[in-house]
Amino acid sequence: MAERIQKSKPTQETEENVDTAAEAVTETGDKIKADIDDLLDEIDEVLETNAEDFVKSYVQKGGQ
Amino acid sequence: MALPKVLGIETEYGIIVRGADSNPVSASSLLINAYISSIARQRGRIGWDFEDEQPSNDARGDSIDESIAPEVETTLVNAVLTNGARYYVDHAHPEISSPEVTNAREAVVWDRAADEIIRASMTHANAVLASDPQSADGAEMIIHKNNSDGKGNSYGCHENYLLSRDLPFGRMASQITPHFVTRQIFCGAGKVGCELPGRPNDDIGYQISQRADFFEEEIGLETTLKRPIVNTRDEPHADAQKYRRLHVIVGDANMSEVATYLKVGTSSIILSMIEDNELGDDWLLGNPVAAIRQVSHDPSLRQTIMLRDGSRATALEVQWGLFERAQKYAQTHGLESVGEAVGADVMAKWETVLQGLETDLDSMAHWVDWIAKKRLVDGYADRHGLAPGTPRLKAIDLQYHDMRKDKCLADRAGLDTLVTMDEAVAAMTAPPSTTRAYFRGVCLKKYPDEIVAANWDSLVFDVGRDPLRRVPMMEPLRGTAEHVAELINGCDTARELLDRLGE
Repeated sequence: MAERIQKSKPTQETEENVDTAAEAVTETGDKIKADIDDLLDEIDEVLETNAEDFVKSYVQKGGQ
Repeated sequence: MALPKVLGIETEYGIIVRGADSNPVSASSLLINAYISSIARQRGRIGWDFEDEQPSNDARGDSIDESIAPEVETTLVNAVLTNGARYYVDHAHPEISSPEVTNAREAVVWDRAADEIIRASMTHANAVLASDPQSADGAEMIIHKNNSDGKGNSYGCHENYLLSRDLPFGRMASQITPHFVTRQIFCGAGKVGCELPGRPNDDIGYQISQRADFFEEEIGLETTLKRPIVNTRDEPHADAQKYRRLHVIVGDANMSEVATYLKVGTSSIILSMIEDNELGDDWLLGNPVAAIRQVSHDPSLRQTIMLRDGSRATALEVQWGLFERAQKYAQTHGLESVGEAVGADVMAKWETVLQGLETDLDSMAHWVDWIAKKRLVDGYADRHGLAPGTPRLKAIDLQYHDMRKDKCLADRAGLDTLVTMDEAVAAMTAPPSTTRAYFRGVCLKKYPDEIVAANWDSLVFDVGRDPLRRVPMMEPLRGTAEHVAELINGCDTARELLDRLGE
């Protein structure tokens, strides 16, 4: 199996594309990390006032 | 050749009412009726036609297990919208079934339209509650686009794909299963806690999928109990001699547009490969039910699952394997069945997401719901020194899916979008032009007083002469704008349209 997994990795040709894609992905990732602190501040403002009660009382009927 | 992958998404939403007495069925009815009366104040409501509903038919032929056939609830609110969607009460939840579309991008557009329909419905329902003397001040309807209440109750976000009747169901079921078990690594919506029967909720701090804990069978007819990874409902809503409809109940509802896009895009491609018998059996799983939970319970993506031949692979390795097959398939067969341009874009994003998952999970927080949500949950827990699974973290989980704009955390999580707000709003009332949903939607808009009932595969007209006229729509790709726009434009009345159709 290990061999088959190895074979199923991207081929040489696609590796280069993947590298470029990975760079773009990392850039976006850096920006996202920088935003997290602001976001956590915002969560404190937006979170339901009685978050714990809200969670406890959140009961749904089962569906499909 | 694989058939064009006509598809649709059905979403059951979580619903609660704060400050007023209400059970979920009446709340769902109020929600939907408030929306319907807002868009059609002078118009009688158009009913759903149940003539052809047969959800208990089993794709395996005679039922081989002791499944209880689902019942069709014919008495609850049921509306058909001019965008071709169905908006109704299903099992104590409001549900929107999108119109039929032909590719993943269209699926995202009408899924986003469904979100906006829900948001508009909440506004109108809250106005109704405000005018009700029985309701408290500030009584409010709250809708979540999620799949679980965190207490063992689940509701679905289903996908439907058109398949050829000639495709052997058993082969399709076993070959699609590896994808359904592993695709959650990019389309899971994330969950705080565990809902496996018999296991404490705090056994698992965070998992990838909302739904994985609720799957107990590999294959079956059930949708509400003992849920199967592959559902066998055989109700094509189309010519049953030619078509199957694969009813997929295993997915999560996504807040991320890219996740929805990848979920239906990759599934469409793999189904086309199975139809063309080009997927092969390399990735068949040893124990899919155990595997779907193992994958969900491992946000590190490092655990392996057992394959049919006894060897082991990670979910990511299975996905790379499926991806590479798909790449070869695209080269040899093309991707016309899923839309060439959209198919190529899905392939590119599929590769990007797998690469991101492999190198740096957080780098996918702008695409993948479970990572976006985990970032909020982990960050908040760190900041406030909270133990895994504490109620405030569950509140973040829940509020990620909150459909109220001022409360929704997904909206604040920096997710990429594929669809503009203008496009989503237009799709609230306009049908896709590429399927029979066009005929359904445009007729409903143009001849509302002459249509007495609608269904996926028919419209029933009353033009004042007996009997009622039923127009069958058994071909999902007929009744498109290309086929009928000119015809409908040239007919001022439904009677004229029926006369022209009868010629």
